[in-house]
Amino acid sequence: MLDSKIPSGHISEKWTKYKSEIPLVAPNNKRKLEIIVVGTGLAGAAAAASLGELGYHVKCFTFHDSPRRAHSIAAQGGINAAKNYSNDGDSIYRLFYDTIKGGDYRAREGNVHRLAEASVDIIDQCVAQGVPFAREYGGLLENRSFGGVQVSRTFYARGQTGQQLLIGAYQALSRQIGLGTVQMYNRHEMIELVLVDGKARGIVTRNLLTGAIESHSAHAVVLATGGYGNVFYLSTNAMTCNVTAAWRSVRKGALMANPCFTQIHPTCIPVSGEYQSKLTLMSESLRNDGRVWVPKKKEDAIAIQQGKLKGVNIKEEDRDYFLERRYPAFGNLVPRDVASRAAKVECDKGHGVSPTGLAVFLDFSAAIERYGKTEANKQGLHNLSKEQIIELGEKVVSAKYGNLFEMYDKITGENPYKEPMKIYPAVHYTMGGLWVDYNLETNIPGLFALGECNFSDHGANRLGASALMQGLADGYFVIPYTIGTFLSKEISTPKFDPKGPAFVEAEKAAKDRIQTLLNIKGNQTAESFHRRLGKIMWDYCGMARNEEGLKKGRQMIRDLKAEFYKDLFVPGNADEFNPELEKALRVADFMEHGELMMVDALERNESCGGHFREESVTEEGEAKRNDESFSYVAAWEWDDNEPKLHKEDLVFEYIKLVTRSYK
Amino acid sequence: MSDLHLNIKVWRQNQKNDSGHFETYKVTANEHMSFLEMLDVLNEQLVREKKDPVAFEHDCREGICGTCSMVINGQPHGPLAATTTCQLHMRFFKEGETIVVEPFRASAFPVLKDLVVDRSSFDRIIQSGGFISVNTGQAPDGNAIPIEKDKAGKSFEAAACIGCGACVAACPNGSAMLFTSAKVTHLGLLPQGKVEEEKRVQAMVAQMDKEGFGMCSNIGACEAECPKEIKLENIAYLNRAYLKSVFSGE
Amino acid sequence: MQWLVQFFSSGIGKKVLMSLTGLFLILFLIVHLIGNLQLLKDDGGQAFNLYADFMVHNPLIKTISYGLYFFILLHAVLGLLIAAYNRKLKGQKYAVSNSQKTTWASKNMALLGILILAFIFLHMGDFWFKMKFTDQLNLQTYDGVTVKDLYARVSIAYQELWIVVAYLVGLFALGFHLWHGFQSAFQTLGLNHKKYTPTIKGLGKIYSLVIPLAYAIIPIYHYFFMK
Repeated sequence: MLDSKIPSGHISEKWTKYKSEIPLVAPNNKRKLEIIVVGTGLAGAAAAASLGELGYHVKCFTFHDSPRRAHSIAAQGGINAAKNYSNDGDSIYRLFYDTIKGGDYRAREGNVHRLAEASVDIIDQCVAQGVPFAREYGGLLENRSFGGVQVSRTFYARGQTGQQLLIGAYQALSRQIGLGTVQMYNRHEMIELVLVDGKARGIVTRNLLTGAIESHSAHAVVLATGGYGNVFYLSTNAMTCNVTAAWRSVRKGALMANPCFTQIHPTCIPVSGEYQSKLTLMSESLRNDGRVWVPKKKEDAIAIQQGKLKGVNIKEEDRDYFLERRYPAFGNLVPRDVASRAAKVECDKGHGVSPTGLAVFLDFSAAIERYGKTEANKQGLHNLSKEQIIELGEKVVSAKYGNLFEMYDKITGENPYKEPMKIYPAVHYTMGGLWVDYNLETNIPGLFALGECNFSDHGANRLGASALMQGLADGYFVIPYTIGTFLSKEISTPKFDPKGPAFVEAEKAAKDRIQTLLNIKGNQTAESFHRRLGKIMWDYCGMARNEEGLKKGRQMIRDLKAEFYKDLFVPGNADEFNPELEKALRVADFMEHGELMMVDALERNESCGGHFREESVTEEGEAKRNDESFSYVAAWEWDDNEPKLHKEDLVFEYIKLVTRSYK
Repeated sequence: MSDLHLNIKVWRQNQKNDSGHFETYKVTANEHMSFLEMLDVLNEQLVREKKDPVAFEHDCREGICGTCSMVINGQPHGPLAATTTCQLHMRFFKEGETIVVEPFRASAFPVLKDLVVDRSSFDRIIQSGGFISVNTGQAPDGNAIPIEKDKAGKSFEAAACIGCGACVAACPNGSAMLFTSAKVTHLGLLPQGKVEEEKRVQAMVAQMDKEGFGMCSNIGACEAECPKEIKLENIAYLNRAYLKSVFSGE
Repeated sequence: MQWLVQFFSSGIGKKVLMSLTGLFLILFLIVHLIGNLQLLKDDGGQAFNLYADFMVHNPLIKTISYGLYFFILLHAVLGLLIAAYNRKLKGQKYAVSNSQKTTWASKNMALLGILILAFIFLHMGDFWFKMKFTDQLNLQTYDGVTVKDLYARVSIAYQELWIVVAYLVGLFALGFHLWHGFQSAFQTLGLNHKKYTPTIKGLGKIYSLVIPLAYAIIPIYHYFFMK
């Protein structure tokens, strides 16, 4: 049984009490200790900067050309914080409660409460760093509401909140680089984890420009390498997002927890063709003002699919606002998993609206008119024509979502002010990740995992605007304290020689792996294997899963993997800039990880959050959780033949488990 | 869906100090593809022919990471205003067209391979002073200092810079004034950032010069090509802040 | 004073020097024009010659004029150095260039500057040098005051077609140079404001049209109407 190391005491005091009891490392000792941070997204940059500020010697790695490119930058909507600035009854407890409930009761109470506590400090920290959040006319911070909750607690910077927060963290990191406390390694990809006497003491990297394999040593290793959504090939993740750093750790004994928990985001631009390389998200915040619908009549849907009718031509009474119909209490603001599945149901029934039949409408006409009227009243304008009101309303909508609308227009060539947007669910986030305890330490001593890379806070489904919160909480406010639990015992450990035997061995393993791939000299590209893997994942481990499919999917991946090692073609050499080799190394790891996802999804015979098992549904077809049998974290130990399951039971002391209902 | 038959004339350069040359490839693209997806098709084709694929940088493919960097028919990020290469779709090109693709050019952005350039000089400019000196945990309440809505908005608009370097690529002088000024404006418009503005602006300007960026002659090509529509006003702000730091600072 | 040296060695510092000297020259153009418009007076050159004599001998004007020569040289030399430096830093040129969104003038300030400089050499060599350092000019006496007859030299010069054409080319270049330079000088000094910048830009355009045009009238008028 895994020990989560949740401290004792009342939920609201656990973290405060624990913080004051964590062993400290004195400043003179911090200077002697080295920490490797891999990844420079919100969690990684925040951690590297904060640890550098504390006086540790930090080595920070990114495979990008600059730490500012990490994919946190693409988060659009916002960041949650229990500030209660809106005076609508929000509190730390409520954010804690919403997150646990939103995660369908598959997250740890202790971690999530700590997250809710840190949320308040994050906003303060970001404002002090110069993050230009949206403000009211009085100069104070503005909030908006987000899916799955009934308060307005989301702070945002137009549709580019992730960008602004990341730039804040990047600037803090840059400051430490300038001061010399953080040594930055750009264009270095971690391809092995190095253990010395069972503890994480370093990494092996590949210099992506020169192909050089290098070892880096430290007293502890912090992974903040993001999620594995790209196992589906098509996702809203950036092209280079991958599972390699985490998977290399798994291969060294780290446990992968709940890998089947993936989030399918309901509002993405639908797929338009085979060549498509990625999917584009339209921020969930759009569901605040957009109404989701499909035509009531199948013949209307077919006419739209064939391009004979447009959304605007469908009369009000012929529209089915299916989220409002099915979930009157939350309407268009139901959590992501619920919204995604509802859209799938409508499309499966044949009511989808794009040429592929895989899309639903997201309509802003009502909001535009409503805002237009409010704005007219505000400006004291009466007797305006409908066109004038719509013009005013479009301005308001543009101020709120302008860049998203532009983006939609650019990609699809359609004007979303005039015609309803077409959206469809797409893979967006992975709740699963490396198993960590309360200290964010994996089962390998000295190896920590932050942000999307770990599994800890979102359970089976993540609420909107919570990923940014978790990344920053882990990086700014958790790891600087909890890493002390490990490092305080290491103060007399001398620095490790990156030429030591463990490193030499790891380097050799990495070089062998590269050589193996280069030597196959088959006929298919890494990209084509990746695309096929993604299709298998989407078909058998996507929005709805069942036993037969998962078993089949697993076998298909194994077959694909065998084919991969027989027929892959990687051009070029190991010791040069070689993006095809980078891809091949990542795809190889995705294959094994994908297989583990199938195994996990098969094992979890219940429907919870983003994981929907067709065998486990209510009479109305809604997801049915099984708390009696599955109220645990599934942490997997990898084995090429049969992965081994370790369980961590989830104990709920402060929240009563109920069926999640958004009706 | 209609297909486009294109000639892609692209810069090939193996390493930093090689001389480099153009090569032309035939590519069949689809009008719904993004420009980068068209290059993906070209690369699949090259790999299948066991040839070296065209190296280009890209990541988020939704116009926000700032990684993609190429000059398409003489314009950084191509012909569309306020658009990064990854969001440029092939429907804006004509059947049979020859498209010339070059790397960003500036001696402060040396070419590493094909279309890949080294933009680490931007990082060093930020490291020299493009931040607010606040440690984690030192912050007062987020609402302690009210900030005028319009000012916060303007600050945001400057902060929207994605650090892609199109401004430098477009500038006939290879100047980084738009990039540097966007950061100085973003931070300087906020009361939190005003405090150390003089120090910041001195350090960043010095670093910018040191990196080998040219001097601004207010041509405005940067503004015209910026995918995030960063304004020339920011450069005036930087000039003003710099003059102030020199003449009234101590 | 080290700070000042540091300032002028920075990129922005150098541009500020360009801007300040440029603005000074813009002001000079007005003063010079007012004096020269006397060439259009039909008085046999009396007013102009007296004015020219005054300009050469007044101690205050003399002092200012040395400043002017210095600024012209500084503006020209520094401008050319900056252009050469920028050119070097830009490195390799694009195979295709496409920049419809910028003005031609803004990208060719150095070329325009060279044309203007050549024009200034021609202009000063012909009139200013002869007036100041030679005895080639005839003398004229007005109300007992004897002065050099620069007017006669000007009239003769403006009968030569190539000189008139050279002047027009020079002024044309000046107009383009100002088209960009006028507003650019303000931008470099950081004088950009939502309310005032459009006015400055408008003024700059008017200025760069009107001033060269007004100068151009003088040789054209002489060539066609004062034979």
